[in-house]
Formats: sequence, C-alpha cells, structure tokens
Amino acid sequence: MSPHSSANEPAIELVGIDKKFGTVHANKDINLSVAKGSIHGIIGENGAGKSTLMSILYGFYHADAGEIRIQGTPVTIRDSQAAIAVGIGMVHQHFMLVENFTVLENVMLGAEGGQLLAKGVAGARKELKRLETEYGLDVDPDALIEELPVGRQQRVEILKALYRGADILILDEPTGVLTPAEADHLFRILRVLRDQGKTIILITHKLREIMAITDTVSVMRRGEMVATRKTSETTVAELAELMVGRRVLLRVEKGDANPGPVLLSVRNLTVKDGRGVTMVDDVSFDVRAGEIVGIAGVAGNGQSELLEAIAGIRKPVSGEILIDGQPVDSVDPARLRQLGLAHIPEDRHHMGLVLKFEEYENSILGYHRDPRYGRGAMLDLDAVRKDAEEKIAKYDIRPPNARLKTANFSGGNQQKIVVAREIERDPKMLLIGQPTRGVDIGAIEFIHRRIIEMRDAGKAVLLVSVELDEIRSLSDRILVMFAGKVVGEKSSDADEQSLGLMMAGIAA
Amino acid sequence: MSTASVPLPGWISYGVIPLLNLILAFFFSGLVVWAIGENPFEALKFLIEGALGRGDAIGFTLFYATSFIFTGLSVAVAFHAGLFNIGSEGQAYVGGLGAALVALSLDHYVPWYVTMPFAVIGAAIFGAAWAFIPAWLQAKRGSHIVITTIMFNFIGAALMVYLLVNVFIVPGKMAPETRTFLAGGQLPKLDWLMALFGLKLGPAPFNVSFIIALVMCYLVWLLIWRTKLGYEMRTLGISPTAAVYAGIPYVRTVIIAMLISGGLAGMMSLNAVMGASARLQVEFVAGAGFVGIAVSLMGRSHPVGIIFAAILFGILYQGGADLSFEMPNITRDMIVVIQGLVIFFAGALEYMLRPAMVRLYQTARGK
Repeated sequence: MSPHSSANEPAIELVGIDKKFGTVHANKDINLSVAKGSIHGIIGENGAGKSTLMSILYGFYHADAGEIRIQGTPVTIRDSQAAIAVGIGMVHQHFMLVENFTVLENVMLGAEGGQLLAKGVAGARKELKRLETEYGLDVDPDALIEELPVGRQQRVEILKALYRGADILILDEPTGVLTPAEADHLFRILRVLRDQGKTIILITHKLREIMAITDTVSVMRRGEMVATRKTSETTVAELAELMVGRRVLLRVEKGDANPGPVLLSVRNLTVKDGRGVTMVDDVSFDVRAGEIVGIAGVAGNGQSELLEAIAGIRKPVSGEILIDGQPVDSVDPARLRQLGLAHIPEDRHHMGLVLKFEEYENSILGYHRDPRYGRGAMLDLDAVRKDAEEKIAKYDIRPPNARLKTANFSGGNQQKIVVAREIERDPKMLLIGQPTRGVDIGAIEFIHRRIIEMRDAGKAVLLVSVELDEIRSLSDRILVMFAGKVVGEKSSDADEQSLGLMMAGIAA
Repeated sequence: MSTASVPLPGWISYGVIPLLNLILAFFFSGLVVWAIGENPFEALKFLIEGALGRGDAIGFTLFYATSFIFTGLSVAVAFHAGLFNIGSEGQAYVGGLGAALVALSLDHYVPWYVTMPFAVIGAAIFGAAWAFIPAWLQAKRGSHIVITTIMFNFIGAALMVYLLVNVFIVPGKMAPETRTFLAGGQLPKLDWLMALFGLKLGPAPFNVSFIIALVMCYLVWLLIWRTKLGYEMRTLGISPTAAVYAGIPYVRTVIIAMLISGGLAGMMSLNAVMGASARLQVEFVAGAGFVGIAVSLMGRSHPVGIIFAAILFGILYQGGADLSFEMPNITRDMIVVIQGLVIFFAGALEYMLRPAMVRLYQTARGK
C-alpha cells in the first residue's frame, strides 16, 4: 500500500499495527511509511483512528500487534520517554505547558540536567538561542506562558520537542486553536524544519492544510489506512471522497417529508466558547414541524456550541432563538423542556447521563420535577421505576434491569436510555447530537427509525452529526457548517463529494 | 480497566473494607503504643472498657457519638451536592448561639419539651446562617467553599468569644459563658433508655438530642434518596455538566445544600449546650465539626454508615480519655495520634485496599 518514495530508509515505518479498545477496533493492520525530511499528512474523520495511531507511536498506548521501525531499526516505545529517546517529539492539540512558568522553564521541564538549576538554565538558554536562530522560532525565553498568544505557546511546544533532540515531530491538529495568520506562520516554520532535515507528521481533518503543506498524505477511515498519495498527485476532491468513504449506505426507509409550520427558528445567533473564541457566527435557520434538518460539518466547526445554545446550556452572545414564533430569552434547559424541546446531547457520558446513577434514576434526568414522578418535593421511586421498566421494554434496553448502574450498560444501550427518555416525553421539537456515536450497528438502526418516526409524527428535528452518512440518510434538508457559519444548504440527495467540499470550507 | 470502576457487592464495600481499614488502624496504633513501651493489648482493653465497660462509659460514648452524628450528617449532605464543607465546626459553634438564645428566653416559662422544638429550629437557623455566606460566595462568585468555610470557622470562633466575653457573660463571673439554663432550657438525660438495658447512666450527659440525631438521620436519608431536591443535589455532586443539561439550577442547589448542611451542624449544639453543660461556653464544639468530616467519609455519606462511624469515634473519644488515665504514658496527644490513624486508614485511605479486594473478588468468582 505505502510506496517507498526513495531508496533511503524511511524515518518511520509502521508495519501491521493493530489496536483494539474493548470491542472498538481503533487501528486495523496499519502500514505506514514516512520518508525522511518530508511532511507527511494523516487525515481522516473524527474517530478514524488517527490519534490512536499517533498515541501508539508516542508510547501512550501499546499496539496489540505490529512493529514500529525508526530509521529502519525496530523499536519498542513503552512511554513518552522512550519516544523522545528514539527522536520522536509530539506537539499535542491541547498544550502541555505550565502556564505560570517561563518559556525557558517549560522547555527545560523534565530535562533539567542535574539537581541544581543554574548550570542547566545557562545551557538551556544557549541551546534555545541556537534553535531559535536555526529554525526561525523567535520566542522570548523569559516570557511567561500565560502571557503569550496561542500561536507562540505552540512554538514553545515545538521548541520543547526540538530541545529534546527530536528528529521526528508529530503535530496533532495543530491549527485547531490558531488564527489563519498564526497557521500560516506555523506552516512557514514547518517548511524550515523540513528543509533542515526534520521529519514531520501532521494530523488534521482539514483538507486545505494537507494540500498547502504536505508532501505525502495518508487517509484513514474507520481504523484503516485506506490510501497514501503524493500530495502533488492528488486533489481535494479525491481526498474528500477517500475520507468520507464510498461504502454501502445504511439507508433508512423513509417517505417524503411533510413539513408543517416553523417550530424552531434561529436568528443571527452568535456563540462564543469558554475561551472567548467565536464558535457560532451569525447563524440563522428554521426547522419546521415534520422535517429533519441535518447539520453537517467536521467536528469543531461550531455545531456543538450551536446545539448547546439552542438547548439553553450555553448563553449566546447575540441573536435570537424562537420557539413557535416566541423568542426564548431565558437560558434555562428546564424551561425549554416545558416548552416541548427535548435534547439528546452529543456527550452522553457527561451530559445525557449520570453514569454512577442506577438506570431508573437516569430515566428521569431533566424531567424529575414532573408531578408524575412524585407529588410535591418527594420522588415516587415506584412510579419512576415502573416508568423506567416500560421504557426498557419498549426500547429493548439490555440488560433489562432498572437497578443496574448506568456505567455498566454498553454504549448503545446507554444511548437508548437517553433516546427513550427524550422521545417518550413526546416533545414538539427534538435536538439530537451525534445520536449514534459509539453505538453498535443494531442500535444505530433502532435509533434512526425512532428519529424518522418522530419526524413522521410531526415533530421538528434538528440533527447534528459528524457522520455524513447519518446526516444524508436521515435529513430532509442539510445545512453545512464551517468555521462557525452555515456555508450552504443542500437537499438530502446531495452527493457526498460536494458536501465534503463544503465541509472542508471549499465553496461548492 | 481501572479497578476503581469495578463494582463490588455491598457487603465488601460497606462491610469488609471498612473493617479491614479499622483493623489496620488499630494495628498501627498498637505499634505506636508498643514503641513507647506499653502493652498494646492492655491498652486496647482499657480503651474498650473505658468506652463500653460501664453504664456511664457507654453514656459518654453515645454522648460524643450524638455530636458526631450531627456533624457527620452535615458534611455528608454537602458532600452529596459535591461540596466539601469544612465549616461544620464553625456552624456548630454559631448554632450554639441559636440554641442558647432560645433556652435563655424560654427556660423561665415553659417545660423542656416546649423549648426543644424552638431550640432545634434556632440552632439550625444560626448554623445555616453561618453556612450561607460561604455558600453564596461559592454559588455566585466561585470562591472555593473549602477555603471560605475554613475561614468562617475562625471568624465564628472570634465572634463567639466576643459575644461570650462582652455580651452573655454573667456579671461578676470570670468564666466567659452564659448563665446556667433552668430545667426548661435543658434537654433531659436518657436514663430510662439505659435502664432498659439494665445500665446506669450515672454522670454521663447522654441526652434527648441523641433521639433528635436519629430522627435527622432518617430525614437526611429521605432528603437524599427520596426527594427531588436530593436527586438534584446528587446529580450536581456526581456530574455538574449533567446537572446543567438537566436544568438543575446551580446557585439554588448549592445554597440550599449548604443551608441544610449548616443547619445540621448547628444542631450539634443541642447536645453540648442544652444536653450537657446547660450553658453556652467557649469552644464547646471541641473539634466535633472536624471529626464529622472523618465520620462522613468513613460512613460513606450514608446516615446508617454515619451512625456506626460516629459511635466508633465516640468510643475512641471516651475510651481514649479513660486510657490516658489508666496509662499515664499514653498522653492525651497519643490518643489524638490514634484517632488520627483511624481517620487516616478509615477515611483518607478509603481506596487503598480496594484494588486488592477487587482482584480477590474477581479471582474468587473465577474471572
């Protein structure tokens, strides 16, 4: 699969790497060869197994099978120390820096060279100076990390790796937190590093970056390495197709939509995340009764924040959300539930469920104040359990035990607990985030059918998913989000390629 | 898979592990006793006899246990809502003011059983009030409740000394304390309860507040596991993000949980102020608030566990006092060391034995 691009030994060679997490096959028989002195991109959707593969390379995980060769020599990488020893440095998506230390202190951390600091500090300062001039990585060594902009913090991460003698740099989604200008600067640095003989592996799901900076690109999908191409010999369209995949669709049987009046409207909504970065930028759309509107997009383009803002979890900066034509001004999920808005959240582990609770306790989460679960201040556990058992039977939740701790259910059954709770309330509107993430095939089909039934019963459904197949097979209309904006609308029969291009921010 | 998430049956989690922790604690305490040249088995005998050997010994043990039940419940309620209330000590202290004010105003006019409900309310309100400011700061401003409650312990202590020295002191007396309550402001001893078991209470101040404590255990159980508020508190305590998703109001839940917690701590004063000394004295709480943290930890924040843990600490308090009397080498400070070891093994090292037990359990089941 992976062609040897030159007669030289490749910097890294992975042979038959295999890794399972329980029932999830994260990496299937991965073969990869990265040429020395090149920038090698690895792309794939979320959950395709990119991060797992890199974590194996960096010693966070251990492969169940397979071999890693560095410059032709087989190595065992037990931990990050061992990775550094063979010359692999990693720049994480979330920086591993001590905020209130200086640049110099951070670079030295873990490589102080002795019990007393003074000598190490002097040496490190000299080395840092050399690295800066050699690679154009100008950072003030005495600046505090917390006072540096993100782009410079990232440079410190790169310096850290170089300081430890890394010849191979792995960058995990390096531009996710950068402004376009900072990203351009990063690319310039990466080119200098490559020209100086370093090998760089760039993990991303942004096709544009791949085209802009890499020499070679490998595509991962569902744990498999599906293709490796020379960047100059491929196109964005081909990569998008490889990334999304052309496998048989799990199409759900569904008739035509019969849209009614508008139930949910979003007007000029702008939402920022905790760091103050604008995640949803002036977004407007309507969802009608009896239709499913799907929001497609690569993860991290504002879909999560949009969903949370509509659900009353995240306060928007500006804009309006209207339910039945009435503006909603309180940021209160409980109030929204009363208005008939149900929400299947993206993250069932942290939001949709309290994993330490028994199943029946989760079957009322968010609706626990309902008089049917007990009069006044009291909770009528008999009523709650009876209700939970009915849902268990109706949704075939296994094992059928309302007293079992929620953490002990499988992912699919946990999701069914959430779906049952939200759908059985017979809401007017349903917000759904990643309904089938980490869910087995049987449950996927079941959940998809329930969603279609909701639509046919005249509910307004807003679906967010990073699974393009899911969006395409369920939605009546598809909105594509990129960088916080809705960049286009498509009907459900739009082809994958044009959707993929829109998701990558390339106008279709 | 980490062993922390492996489910163990209740009899191991709540029976075997605490028992092993306790045995470990006693083992190391024994080493300490042996190191200073005393016979550990003899010491243990004195400790047990001193705590459980006679009617009055049991009376003292249960008297201490009563205080610890209140403060243990206080810590547990806050803990269920994800709040670490270190301030039970101060809340109990200020709660004493509430109890004393009720007793001082009513003891001339009505019998104790009329005073008692008002005193319960007074103690609870004053204790809750002392918890309110840290609660509000946590809920509204994000000031960490551990820090603020610790500071309020000091502020409370200073406030009480000021009030006792300058306001409540009986003119002409040296001791900073209120006048002695009349019978209408005292909680009677439970002689009759001891007599049922053929024991004589003697001078021990074991009193009616023990029954109030047991009632509170039931009410706390009801609150945590049978009310909507308790459900919301537990959701917030386990998963703050799920609480947001569920629309559980953070500010309201935090403040209510802390008010209840502070109120329970305040009720501890019923035992010490109205049950034992019949007056409000400086430092009457004497560390019961901090013991409550250990009691709650050891009792797994469950009222039944708290009763057992409170009695254990009652035994350590009472038996320890007797032990240092019988064995002068074992000073009061040594007793504190032993109590510290129990807290260390039973509370702080809760998870030390767990992985081993999980492995044993899985091997036994043939997995």
